[in-house]
Amino acid sequence: MVTEVLQLIIYGVIYGSIVALGAVGVSLTFGVLRFANFAHGDLMTFGAYMVLAAYVGFALPMWLSVIVALAMTASLAVLIDQTLFRRFRRANPMILLISSFGVGLMVRSLVQIIWGGSTQVYDPGIQFPYQFWGLRIRPDHLIILGGTLVLVVVLHLFLQKTRMGKAMRAMADNPDLARISGINTDRVIIWTWIMGASLAAAAGYFLALDSRLQPDMGWFILLPVFAAAILGGIGKPYGAIAGGFIIGITEELSTLILSPAYKPAVAFALMVAILIFRPTGIFKGAR
Amino acid sequence: MELTGLIAYVIFFLSLAGVYALLALGLNVQWGYTGMLNIGIAAFFAVGAYTSAILTSPPTAVPGGFGLPIPVGLISAMLVAGVLALFIGLITLNLRTDYLAIASIGIAEIVRLFLKNEEWLTNGVRGMSGIPKPFSGLVPGADALLFLGVVVALVLLVYWANQRAYGSPWGRVLRAIREKEVAASAMGKYTLLFRLQAFVYGSCIMGLAGAVYAHFVGFISPEAFDPLFATFLVWVMLIAGGSGNNRGAILGAVAIWTVWSLTEFLTTRIATEHFSLSQLAAMRVFMIGLLLQVILLLRPQGILPEVPPKPIRDADK
Repeated sequence: MVTEVLQLIIYGVIYGSIVALGAVGVSLTFGVLRFANFAHGDLMTFGAYMVLAAYVGFALPMWLSVIVALAMTASLAVLIDQTLFRRFRRANPMILLISSFGVGLMVRSLVQIIWGGSTQVYDPGIQFPYQFWGLRIRPDHLIILGGTLVLVVVLHLFLQKTRMGKAMRAMADNPDLARISGINTDRVIIWTWIMGASLAAAAGYFLALDSRLQPDMGWFILLPVFAAAILGGIGKPYGAIAGGFIIGITEELSTLILSPAYKPAVAFALMVAILIFRPTGIFKGAR
Repeated sequence: MELTGLIAYVIFFLSLAGVYALLALGLNVQWGYTGMLNIGIAAFFAVGAYTSAILTSPPTAVPGGFGLPIPVGLISAMLVAGVLALFIGLITLNLRTDYLAIASIGIAEIVRLFLKNEEWLTNGVRGMSGIPKPFSGLVPGADALLFLGVVVALVLLVYWANQRAYGSPWGRVLRAIREKEVAASAMGKYTLLFRLQAFVYGSCIMGLAGAVYAHFVGFISPEAFDPLFATFLVWVMLIAGGSGNNRGAILGAVAIWTVWSLTEFLTTRIATEHFSLSQLAAMRVFMIGLLLQVILLLRPQGILPEVPPKPIRDADK
């Protein structure tokens, strides 16, 4: 029983890493641009397929493929922002949300047009899990955990040590104050998309490693990602990381008592609970 | 023979456009009047369809129904969708509108999982078939036409109700909330209650649309309530037709349903041998997504923009 629970917690931390990386991006864009980006899940999908294109299509080494995918996804996000979202910013912010919902569908269908609707993997074949004290963990899982750790450290250094990171936090706290203190808000917005989309691409890659590639993989993880961002206090990147792990571990542990089919419902239930009892999230984000 | 086929297609086409018109009219009260974002239209649509299907199917059908009359099914569909909306509304309506949007996709996801997994009630992914059709066999050969008559009557009824609501003091409060909620509550309106009412009313109409759809097609499965067909297309319809304008909602439903059907025609024309069916389907979605962005950029008010009633100026004379 203890081993079983520990095993579920391990799976929860792995799944939680993926959700956390997605939630950071949602939280950053929400904090700086003040809208819930419904295309974020599909940016994850796009990142995962870009890795596939570089790794299988161009036979690049895996580490390089991931870097290429991060760059491509960040470019796509900036392109979408500059062609579409930028024009909606002065209008009702709700228009941005509707537009992003449509953009998400477009990205998803683009992936489906190029790669088809069937599921794919990076490396065919079965990986044998490492065993220790009766617990199992796949080599891919170690990549996910290590990769997440590196990215979270990089994000932390970026937000705390660089001028751009500080400007981003200032703009998330108070956009007007940031603007009058001379922060170039247009550049901050572009960097927000670069960071958010790169993390989304990494999350998409990890998600594909954990299961497999599918055009609607990102859409289906969007709900836990939003739940994690709200749990951590929307607009707070550190809260989003914590929220991601809470969601991941709770979803896995819920399989002890609930049918695994209802895992996404657990994320939703947690989100509802936090909206009722503490709508600003655990770390007091934007309301 | 050609002509009867064409007429049958036109009747089929208009009936489905009518179902979408109901959905767009429901969304118009939520988004067009009040400015609330519902990204989970599929949930209310599906709940309405399944409620009516389960209540009206004969007890001998799989997985078993209650054999109740169809009007009971339609009304129950509205009630169940309304209760679901009340539940989401109570949780999220005092928060930013974004939260409603996020919570609504959550509810849509849970409804989808429920329909897929609770086989004892919904027959799971295999879906429910043999849902009774109203007036079937009443006039030989005119079943489809009679059904279209029912759909048109319901659209007109909801249109009439929406129009009445728009011009009424209640509708004025909704528009005031949309423009500036703080101002509306400063005028002494309990805005939360108004928003809740508008959300529940709109969702009831979506539930009704679901029930009509179920009786029209006669077969429903979770696949039919994909967020693409049941949520996204409705949004494109309302925005294209004109948010806040009920005639716009109906016009948008017919226009976008026509465009959507034409894209099918287009994609089957271009080199079917090079692309799989799922790729062709994705191309259609891409085109509709692009259309939405173009409308939002070039004509955000829609084909028929909202026409607010003229203010009464009795102080002038």
